[in-house]
Amino acid sequence: MHSYLWFAGKRLLQLIAVIFFGVSAMFFVTYLSPIDPVEQVLGRLASRSNLSPDAIASTREALTAMFGTDQPMMAQYFNFWMRVLRGDLGASLMAFPTPAMELVMRSMPWTLGLLLTSTFITFVIGNVMGGLAGYFQNNRFFKAFGILAMGLQPIPYYIVAFIILIIFGFLWPVLPISGGFAMDVRPSWTLPFILSVLQHSLLPAFSLVLVGLGGWFIGMRALVSNIVTEDYVTYAELAGVKRNTVVGSYVMRNALVPQITALAMVIGGVFSGTIITEQVFNYPGMGSLLVDAVNAGDYSTVLAVCTVSITAVATAIFIVDMLHPLLDPRVRAE
Amino acid sequence: MFSVFRDLVRYNIEFTIGLILVGIMVVFAGLSFFAPMDPSLIYMAPPDQPPSTQYWFGTNSRGQELFWQLSAAFKNSLQFGITVAVLSRIISITVGLAAGYLGGWVDRVLMFVNDIFVAVPIFPILVLFYFVLRNNMDSFTMALILACFGWPFDARLIRSVALGLKHREFTRHAVFAGMSTRKVLVEEHLPYVMPIVFATFMNNMLWSIGMEVTLAVLGFTNINNPTIGTVLYWANSHSAMVVGVWWWLVIPVILIVMTFLGLFLLAMSMNEYIDPRSRLRRMGA
Repeated sequence: MHSYLWFAGKRLLQLIAVIFFGVSAMFFVTYLSPIDPVEQVLGRLASRSNLSPDAIASTREALTAMFGTDQPMMAQYFNFWMRVLRGDLGASLMAFPTPAMELVMRSMPWTLGLLLTSTFITFVIGNVMGGLAGYFQNNRFFKAFGILAMGLQPIPYYIVAFIILIIFGFLWPVLPISGGFAMDVRPSWTLPFILSVLQHSLLPAFSLVLVGLGGWFIGMRALVSNIVTEDYVTYAELAGVKRNTVVGSYVMRNALVPQITALAMVIGGVFSGTIITEQVFNYPGMGSLLVDAVNAGDYSTVLAVCTVSITAVATAIFIVDMLHPLLDPRVRAE
Repeated sequence: MFSVFRDLVRYNIEFTIGLILVGIMVVFAGLSFFAPMDPSLIYMAPPDQPPSTQYWFGTNSRGQELFWQLSAAFKNSLQFGITVAVLSRIISITVGLAAGYLGGWVDRVLMFVNDIFVAVPIFPILVLFYFVLRNNMDSFTMALILACFGWPFDARLIRSVALGLKHREFTRHAVFAGMSTRKVLVEEHLPYVMPIVFATFMNNMLWSIGMEVTLAVLGFTNINNPTIGTVLYWANSHSAMVVGVWWWLVIPVILIVMTFLGLFLLAMSMNEYIDPRSRLRRMGA
């Protein structure tokens, strides 16, 4: 138990460091960039309507006060951190005066739901199939599955999502290709709404699963095909241990440990994929929000999405790392 | 080196297929040096012509010949991928070898930094860079940013090899012979990690080109510079599928899949080659 706490403490320190580093990097990117947020917002406002010079001057003053761009760097940095800690990154400019954080919180459940379910499905199917393919190396079905998974694996998220969009949008329109739920249902905890949400999430989730499957499959197959050559597996087989027990508890469980580490490492990448998938399928999550905010020049919302996503991804990695000792007794005993 | 290559072609069908696919794409990209027109110009050909003997891949709605457009796009994207891969390889070799050989607090600090870089999601950061730089973000700036995030996985891999090399006899000989640390790393240890560097080079290219495609299709790069992503961006913005200009999307997608599959097969077969057990199994020993 003591060593587990030590392990957890180290990881927690790392989590804090990641968030600190990521959010600081964000601040310095925006601070050191040659473009002034105030002028950028003003330019957007002025391009849409005719403003009198007085109005422009007072808007500039108000924006400068809001962004605090007239203060020295360290003061700005400090203020920025205070605002991040309070969870208040200012009002969104594209949906004024809704706070940017509220927009992010509204879209977060969509992204989280999509990310968690698709990652879970991918991880389970990929590892089980990969493990079986590694154990039964001459099985035709697993060989065919391997070739298919390998062919899909290197293709970027965008292309796969796009091909699915073309197939289900133009060639065989059976599933909804855009939006988070149907137009004619109200968001509430009722059966029609939930069904509609599930129906709309099918294609985005399917594209994420399709891309992610290959990596887990290949990794697990390689791990298992190494483990089955170990003496203890042969011994267990000769001793007449049931085949299911050998595959499940002797082979798969051992092979799963590095896969859990790998899961922690790919979460950031899967998150990027989710953002893109949302954009392709017009799903109302954080990805769509980020793209809209960039296109609208909405400074606060872009910063809010980035802060939340860095924190969320780092936390997810932390949680997965915490699961590691439960599977691997060596980490516990360390 | 040549015999390794010959063995790979002879015993590894994946390597051969990968090599052929990548070879085709490199030749195709190389053709852009002989292009009859500047690929960034528009309305140089009649728009919306289907593939024919005159226009091999057809022309798009912007009056560009897709053959030359795609050739330039693949050249730029491959160049981009290679730039990122070379830059991030330099970082990962330096960090990996130094962390593995020096050990102690150098190792701990470097690996701590490494873990931070693994955990930061790159996509929001890239979008943020585009957001503040806007059109000042050319492909070299983007390559630099991606290189800064593309090294940690491979640095860890190189470190694990370097850790093993540290206690080998020849390292001790080199140190007793008075070699400086830098020399030990560059002349003694570097050759051992080169196979990993080559294999991860391909993976890194896949990753960076994929990122570029993703950013470009959202319109978050310099959209006037022809790359794989911007070709798709323009096709989308002209609703190519809806108006029936299918070749504007289908041909690039086929070529992209060929490139990615080729690079992936190369990387995978090299990875397998590095592992002697699987190599022997394949050669029937």
